[in-house]
Amino acid sequence: MNFLDQIWLIPLFPLAGAALMLLFGKLLDPQPPSEVAVASGVEPVVAEHGHGGGHAHAPAHPGADHGAHDAGHGHRSSPLKFLIKLIGPGMVLVSFIFSVGAVWQLSGLANRSHQVILYTWLAGMPFHMANGHLATFSADWGFLLDPLSSVMILVVTGIGFLIHVYATGYMEHDTGFYRFFGYFNLFIFFMLMLVLANNYALLFVGWEGVGLCSYLLIGFYFHKKSAGDAGKKAFIVNRVGDAGFILGMLLMLSVLGSVRFTDVNAALRSGQFPVETAGFGVLSAMSLLMFIGATGKSAQFPLYVWLPDAMEGPTPVSALIHAATMVTAGVYMVARSSALYELTPNTASVVAGIGAFTAILAATIALVQNDIKRVLAYSTVSQLGYMFLALGVGAYWVAVFHLFTHAFFKALLFLCSGSVIHAMGGEQDMRHMGALKNKIPITHWTMWVGSVAIAGIPGLAGFFSKDEILWQTYSSPKGSQLLWFIGLATAALTAFYMWRLMNMTFYGQSRVRPEVAAHVHESPAAMTVPLVILAIGSVVAGWLGTPKAWTIFGEAWRGFPNWLQPVFASAAVEAAKEGEHSASTEWILMGLSVAIAIIGISLARYLYCIKTEIPGRIQARCRPLHTVLYNKWYVDEIYDFLFVNGLGKGGGSVLGAFDRNIVDGGVNGAGWLTRASARISMWWDKWIVDGAVRFTAFFVKMLSYPVCILQTGRVQAYAFFVVVGFLAFLGYYVAR
Amino acid sequence: MHPVGTVHYLALSAALLLIGTVGVLTRRNIVIILMSIELILNAVNINLIAFSHALHNINGQVFAIFVITDAVAEAAVGLGILIALFRNKETVQADEIDLLKW
Repeated sequence: MNFLDQIWLIPLFPLAGAALMLLFGKLLDPQPPSEVAVASGVEPVVAEHGHGGGHAHAPAHPGADHGAHDAGHGHRSSPLKFLIKLIGPGMVLVSFIFSVGAVWQLSGLANRSHQVILYTWLAGMPFHMANGHLATFSADWGFLLDPLSSVMILVVTGIGFLIHVYATGYMEHDTGFYRFFGYFNLFIFFMLMLVLANNYALLFVGWEGVGLCSYLLIGFYFHKKSAGDAGKKAFIVNRVGDAGFILGMLLMLSVLGSVRFTDVNAALRSGQFPVETAGFGVLSAMSLLMFIGATGKSAQFPLYVWLPDAMEGPTPVSALIHAATMVTAGVYMVARSSALYELTPNTASVVAGIGAFTAILAATIALVQNDIKRVLAYSTVSQLGYMFLALGVGAYWVAVFHLFTHAFFKALLFLCSGSVIHAMGGEQDMRHMGALKNKIPITHWTMWVGSVAIAGIPGLAGFFSKDEILWQTYSSPKGSQLLWFIGLATAALTAFYMWRLMNMTFYGQSRVRPEVAAHVHESPAAMTVPLVILAIGSVVAGWLGTPKAWTIFGEAWRGFPNWLQPVFASAAVEAAKEGEHSASTEWILMGLSVAIAIIGISLARYLYCIKTEIPGRIQARCRPLHTVLYNKWYVDEIYDFLFVNGLGKGGGSVLGAFDRNIVDGGVNGAGWLTRASARISMWWDKWIVDGAVRFTAFFVKMLSYPVCILQTGRVQAYAFFVVVGFLAFLGYYVAR
Repeated sequence: MHPVGTVHYLALSAALLLIGTVGVLTRRNIVIILMSIELILNAVNINLIAFSHALHNINGQVFAIFVITDAVAEAAVGLGILIALFRNKETVQADEIDLLKW
């Protein structure tokens, strides 16, 4: 079977699944009335959202974030529901199998690139480009499979499938089971469209589609105000970025005349456009606008604020959309535009700077959060910052590599946190956890693996990609030691906050509330099996890209960079500049980052497990700093002040006044003017036009009076006039 | 005695025309008006035949036959209208029928 020509089928399977679920799902998953009542009537439990950290915790309840399933045993799972469980993950599995087949066949092609164009979507619209040439805009329903998109589809379908399986267990007792899987499958569809598109316009379709699914799934518990607000926030913040993306795309169209990746890259690499080293040219504007789009989707400063709030959604959503796949769309897009960023070093340094800043900003916030999912959310923001740091310094394959490994361990960590929350009956506050290690052993060990991986201990996935980022940041001509140092500090913070999380959750004293403690239990197999698979992935994924300095492994173990090499033309440059720095430097830096990771882990262990009173003292000592960090640097408040209240409400009242006085005034003035002119026109019509008509009639009437007298109605009179007339003529002629 | 010539016929014709015209203008009864119209037409006929005879041209006599036919048709239609009029107005006096005025 030729999978390569059928790659357009890959997104269609999840779409079919979504269509089935959303159109007919309600028939398959009838809800008993009692549960519906519970779901809509009771404010369900999700610990601690909103700003500043409210501490209210309601008791666990079915129909809440995950549903305490001890209480939910009354509702037996029906055979029809089993069908949903089969279709939802099954469709993604089929996609995964197709993807594997297609990627396998792709690896056999010489140029490792295959394009399938189904038909033209937006057809031939001629327009004038910026340079005055006439170009024809067209966009296809076209699919491009190359090493970059193949990595993406494998991540999306593979990890997507595991999370789907997990969700069958996690969402078991939730209302709207079918709705969840419908949205989930729809998301997979749009994400696959995003990564398989062969042009920016179609990519944007997927881009907006995943945004929509993100919105729907964040607001999955729509009866809860905070969830609805979080969904809206995500949607609106993303719109800000999307505006940048659209402008960038239009600029690209106007300068390059096409939005198809192959055309764009060919044009940019043709040497027709010089590298914009000095100043800020049109290409820099284009790349910067597209980067703004990426900051929205991939949660970078200043548009990252929606991602932590997105944790209002069910945990599988956080794992799939807000950690593993969707938020990497921006990284994918920038990597896809690598030819553009190669030509615009100024924008690239902005990307690197924003990435590094976001990484450390989010890491500092994660240090003091108490909600388990929020820590992971900020961790995600921070790790995405790493990816952009790598993109900014021109190490595109490393960014994709980190995307790849991060997808494993962050999905794993989120799913584990979901499993913990599930075990705790909806509790998300780590201050009410502790010593869960033996109660939920599988969850603990898999999360342990994930935490080691993200902390950067050698041998696990996170180490390889993160270390490569740090090394590239240090060695690349676009990088700098400052950026490297920020990256290293972030690595230390990462190790610390992850192990703070681990220690507060699994080790030390139990702070679990007694009414919850009795119900703590390990999750069902549907949830633990994906955890184990992801844990294995978190170990082995990194070995696809061992550091260059590990010469004993040789090139064979650097499969990832070699695989991606055709996509990024800059790879050759990169290899050359890597040679300037010796392998010993790389070893030293590697040792430093490992050491700092171990210090972070040990410090966390010491503070949160052994001497648990110290954090409280530090907190008391550094009260202002803690408050600032706990309140997330007040970024949300600043945005509220500046945009929501400042521009939104303040600007709203200004606009309101403008609307009332100027716009309405204009409308009313136009109305008044029309009326006035109508009055004049009416007067003119009535007196002048009508007057003229009436006068003419009157004049004629006056003239007709003498004639009227002759018209008596008597025939003989007329005959008489005829005779008289005749005689008159006769007389006239005779007399003449 | 002079032989009867064209001038006599023309004099007769003129007399008939005059009598007919005066009849049309002065009599109030529509029946009589119609009869007067017949007189006028016959005056014309005599005129036509007189000239036909004098000029040895048959056209005048042919035309006279047409006029007689026309007069018959006119009398028939005229009397028909008159009967319809009488049914509606119960009068045949021409001066009582004066609705067609402004």
